[in-house]
Parts: sequence; C-alpha cells; structure tokens
Amino acid sequence: MSNWDRFLDSFFNARVAAEYLPKIIEGFWLTILLAACIILAGVAAGLALAVLRSLGIRVLNWAIIFVVDLFRALPPLVIIALLYFGLPAAGLSLSGFAAAWLALSLVLMAFTEEIFWAGITAVPKGQWEAARSTGLGFLDTFTLVVLPQAVRMVIPPLTNRTIAITKGTALASVVAVQEILGAAQAGVSFSFNPTPLTLGAVAYLVLFLPVVILGRWVETRFAWKR
Amino acid sequence: MTFDDFLQAFFSVEILQQAWPILWAGLLNTLLLSVVVVPLGFIGGLVLALLGTVHSRWVRWPLIAWVDLFRSLPPLVLLVFVYAGLPFAGLEVNALTAVAIGFFLNTGAYYGEILRAGIESVPRGQVEAARCTGLTTAQAMLHVVLPQAVRNVLPDLISNTLEVVKLTSIASVVAMPELLFQARQAQSVTYNATPIMAAAVIYFILLWPVVRLLSRLENRQLAGRR
Amino acid sequence: MPAQRGAIVEARGIHKHFGGLHVLKGVDLAVRERELVFVIGPSGSGKSTLLRCLNRLEEPSDGSITVDGIDMLDRRTDINKARQRIGMVFQSFNLYPHMTALGNVALALRRVQGMSRAAAEAKARQALERVHLADRSGHYPGQLSGGQQQRVAIARAIALEPRVMLFDEPTSALDPELVGGVLAAMRELRESGMTMVVVSHEMGFARAAADRVVFMDGGRIVEEGPPEAIFGNPQQERTRAFIGQITRH
Repeated sequence: MSNWDRFLDSFFNARVAAEYLPKIIEGFWLTILLAACIILAGVAAGLALAVLRSLGIRVLNWAIIFVVDLFRALPPLVIIALLYFGLPAAGLSLSGFAAAWLALSLVLMAFTEEIFWAGITAVPKGQWEAARSTGLGFLDTFTLVVLPQAVRMVIPPLTNRTIAITKGTALASVVAVQEILGAAQAGVSFSFNPTPLTLGAVAYLVLFLPVVILGRWVETRFAWKR
Repeated sequence: MTFDDFLQAFFSVEILQQAWPILWAGLLNTLLLSVVVVPLGFIGGLVLALLGTVHSRWVRWPLIAWVDLFRSLPPLVLLVFVYAGLPFAGLEVNALTAVAIGFFLNTGAYYGEILRAGIESVPRGQVEAARCTGLTTAQAMLHVVLPQAVRNVLPDLISNTLEVVKLTSIASVVAMPELLFQARQAQSVTYNATPIMAAAVIYFILLWPVVRLLSRLENRQLAGRR
Repeated sequence: MPAQRGAIVEARGIHKHFGGLHVLKGVDLAVRERELVFVIGPSGSGKSTLLRCLNRLEEPSDGSITVDGIDMLDRRTDINKARQRIGMVFQSFNLYPHMTALGNVALALRRVQGMSRAAAEAKARQALERVHLADRSGHYPGQLSGGQQQRVAIARAIALEPRVMLFDEPTSALDPELVGGVLAAMRELRESGMTMVVVSHEMGFARAAADRVVFMDGGRIVEEGPPEAIFGNPQQERTRAFIGQITRH
C-alpha cells in the first residue's frame, strides 16, 4: 500500500465515515442547538446590561463593568471547568451542556455589553438633547433614537465576536458533550481511525464557513466611513 | 451548605498552599506558551497580510480561502486534528509542536486579517511619496506603511493577543501542563475546587489590566469613527 | 525630431488609458534646464496624470520619457535611482505621520543614499532651513499647519538634490492664508536655479515666475507660450474660455 493510499485510508476511510456519519450529524445539530442558546442568552443579557448601564447609576455601573471585565479576562475553558468541575464541590451539579452554555453565554454577554455600550456612547449627546427637547422620555429617546443608531454601528464587531464565541462550542467536548468535536473524538477512539475527525472538520466548515463569509460581507456592508 | 463550607470548597487557604507549586509551574508554562505562540501567529499573520498586497488573483483567492478556512475551524478542532490526527499520517508530534502548529494556523489567520485592514488603512499617497524619494516597495512597506498600519489597528492587535493568551488554556486538552491543566490535576487530587478558582483568579489578575486598557482604546476608537 | 537642446525632461507621444478612459492623447513636453513650466487646465484635463507619468507613478500606455538622460520607461532603468533625481510635491503633502519633520526628510537619505544617521540628519536640517522650518524639525506632521507640512514635503524632496522638481497642485489643499509661505519657498527654489514643472491654479504665481505656461484640455496640450501670451493674448478658443473663467473672480 503506497503512502498516498495509507493517507486516504486513514483520513478518508469510506467505511469508517459511513459508520460514524450519523453520530457526527447528531453532533452537528447539538452544536447548532448549543450555539443558538448561547447567542440568544448572551446577546439578550449583554443588551440588558448595556441598557442598565445607560441609566447611569454609579454603583450599578461599577458592578457591570467588573462583571464585563471578568468575563473578558477569563478564558472560556477556565469558566467551563469552574462550572463543571468546581460547582459540584458546592453541591451543585451542572450537565456539560449547561456548563458550556452558561460559560459561553456569560462571555458573549460581556462582549455584547461592551460593544453595545461603546455604540451607545458613540451616539452624540446632541441626539439625546434633541429628542428630550421634543418631549420624548428617557425610554423613548433610548429605544427610538439612540439604540437604532448604536445598533448600526455595532453590527460588524458584534457579528465577528458572536462568530468567534460560537466557535467555542467545541470546548464543550472537554466536558463530555457529544457535539461535533466530542462525537468525532469518540469516533476516533472507537474506530482507531481519524476519519471521524475529518468528518468533524468538514461539519465545522459547513457550519462556520458561510458564517465567516457572511461576516466578511457584513464588515464591508456596514463599513465605517473613515 | 453553610458559608464556611463554601469557603472551604472554593477558597481554602490550606489547599491553596498545597497546590501552589503545581499552579506556579502551570503559570510559568502558560507564559512560556504565550511567548511562543503570540510571535508565531503574528509572523504568520504578517506574511499573510504582505501576500495580500500582491495584486494577482492567483495570490488573492487562495489567500482568502486559507484565511477563511482557518477562521472557520474552531481552534480546539484544529489542535485535536493536528495532535490526534497527524500520528495516523505517520507524523508523531509532541503536544508543544501540535499547539504551535494549531495556533500558527488559527491565530495567524486572525492577525493576518487585522494587519491587512491596517495596511489598507494607510493612504496610497504615503507609498507614492516614499517611492518618489527612491525607496523600494519593500522599504516603503517597512519604514512607511507598516508602522502606520500597526498603529492604526493597535486596539485590534492587542485584543487579538489577549484572546490568544486566553486560548492557550485549550492546550490543557492535549495534556500540556499549563495553568488550567495543572489546576485540574490539583483539583482531582484534592477533591476541592480551590485550585481551579485560584487559576481563574490568576488569569484575571494577569489579564484585567489588558482588558481595562482595551476598553478605553475601543471606546475612543468607536467615538472617533463616526 | 532631434532631442531639444538642453532639455532635461523630454516626454514624447504620451498616451494613458485608465480602463476605457483615454486620459492622455499623445502629449509632447520638453523642459529645459532651469526652466519653470506651469501646467494649467480644467480638472480632468490630464495635467496631474501627465506629471505622475514623468516619474512613472503612473505607467504611460505609450510614448517615451527621458529625464536627465535616463530613459524612464526602459525596464533596465533602476527606477528607484532615477526617482531620486526627480523630486515630487503632492497636493495632500503625504508626510509620514509617524515621523518628525526631520525624520520625514532624513528617511530616504539614510535608506536610499545609505548615509549615516548623523550625516542624514545634518543634511535634512539644511533642507529644512531652506524652507525656513529648522525650528520645527522635531515636530510631527500633526503638530504643523498645512503650509508648514507642505514646506516640509518640499524639504523632503530637495534634500535628495533632485535635478527636477514636480509640483502637483501644491497649494490646493491649503487655507488661503497659508498659500503664501509655500509659494515663497517655491520662488526661492526657482531662484536657486531648480528646474520645475508645476501643476497649479495659482495664476498670479504663474504670471510672476513661470517661463512658460502650458494649457491642457481633454488629454492634449492645446496651447503653450510665455505667461504674457497665454494670459494676455490666448490664440485658441478653449484657452480663452478657460482663462476668462479663472480670471473672472
């Protein structure tokens, strides 16, 4: 058997591929489910924090800034480990899925808050003053005047950050979640052939390549005028 | 569970004293790893960005494909693929080499995108002025374009570097004895969450100043971009 | 046609296409040593493109260009060496924002001419003195006014001791009160015997200092002659219309 054949037999083994494809596909849907949960919770919580911060309550703002800094500074895998391996010591057990979801949601929340806050502060003060002078209340000014302008500004950085954090779903394999990478690794150890890893890589490409290309498009579409 | 139990589980001084030598070794390895992978990724990115200035579709399209490919694969997937996959191709790689290759491919793509944007942000007239005084293309790039490019995207470069340092925690998956791995070892020996908590605190102390700095830079950048 | 005697810049039959756009349609321009040639014309007439072809910032589609005896379009010509003999000043200054005034002037002296740091800086200081900015040598471009920036740009070019200087609308980006300093620097340069090709709308300066005025329109030279003739008694209808337009205000 030539080297090339051996290479093909290792990484593109049709028999192994057929056997483990269903597992990978299951992992694929699990990855999407996890990612969707993270995006929903993370972006919503981040936006909520940004709105809270715009109220300008000093002590609250310090708390928000600390939480945001905390989850920007900690590696996601460390947070996952703390939740999954650490919490049981406090008598609280989380499933791997829940630990990964919570950890990555917290990280996405932190980045989302930071990005939205930057967007909100970038809207000129005159916009607030103009809206308030026409009799709009705080909430109306915020939701009808300020937020729409901020959203447009934050779309490119938010898209890229969301993509980056969503890719962190692969970290869930460390805490025994059978998402794509977890399923692929299990497949490798059962079959003693790396083809499931190849399938896994392809599955990630199918999932993220369009998203990355979309991110590229969003960046030019909403490009800053310099 | 009483408060004392909680303290005992997460903030035990006794356990910390026991685990400290292990954690310290892990911290040193994390720093060492960062000192290896950050320059490696940066140099990889620089090469990609410089290739990006070549006006030929035979360079441009493969380059975009390369960058998008490695931005689409989660870094942990790349790492596992290199570490667990390559031996099947007859290439035995140790953990450090696997990490170096994986990070080179992944973070290189990110640094590459950032530096490309930086280079594109330098007005064409700068190169023309340099060429008019007899500087070669390479000299103009080195002395005139790159210094400005790096300065223009400094917040993004710092932000990416922060992410890379955090990302070194995934090396624990391939049994590199960095901070998280050591903390997990200590935790499994002591049956106590204090070592992981300590690792989290160390990461936070290490990276919080960077996060603060970034938050300031990003706010200024967004405000200036309007 | 034999090369014009004493011509230091000789451009023949220059054509330039940008995609489907024919910007230069066979331009001949010869500039004698120590001559100041002024190029005027409406925007889009191709005058800046012509200037940028002379040092090959733009690649002409056809024609020949000789500067100081060097064939600029010959593949064997070391273009970086040749460009040191041709100074250029841009409308937008194009100073390097990350270097001081002195650093801007010294960069090519060090990297292209291989001078030591000390020698390059001494020479750069001399050049800055010639444009009366010796006291600003430690300032960054962002700390200088537009007029001062443009004079630093002139110093950057003359430090290399060029044989010819090209000016591409050097005062168009300046506030009116800053134009005078730049024109004064150009006049002093002219008095020192520098050969200059100037694309500009400063008609007063053209009248006072130019040896010859070239009027371009639609990618061709329509008319050329001494300033008195072009401004006082233009022969072509298009020249007359253009001169009438710009002198009306």
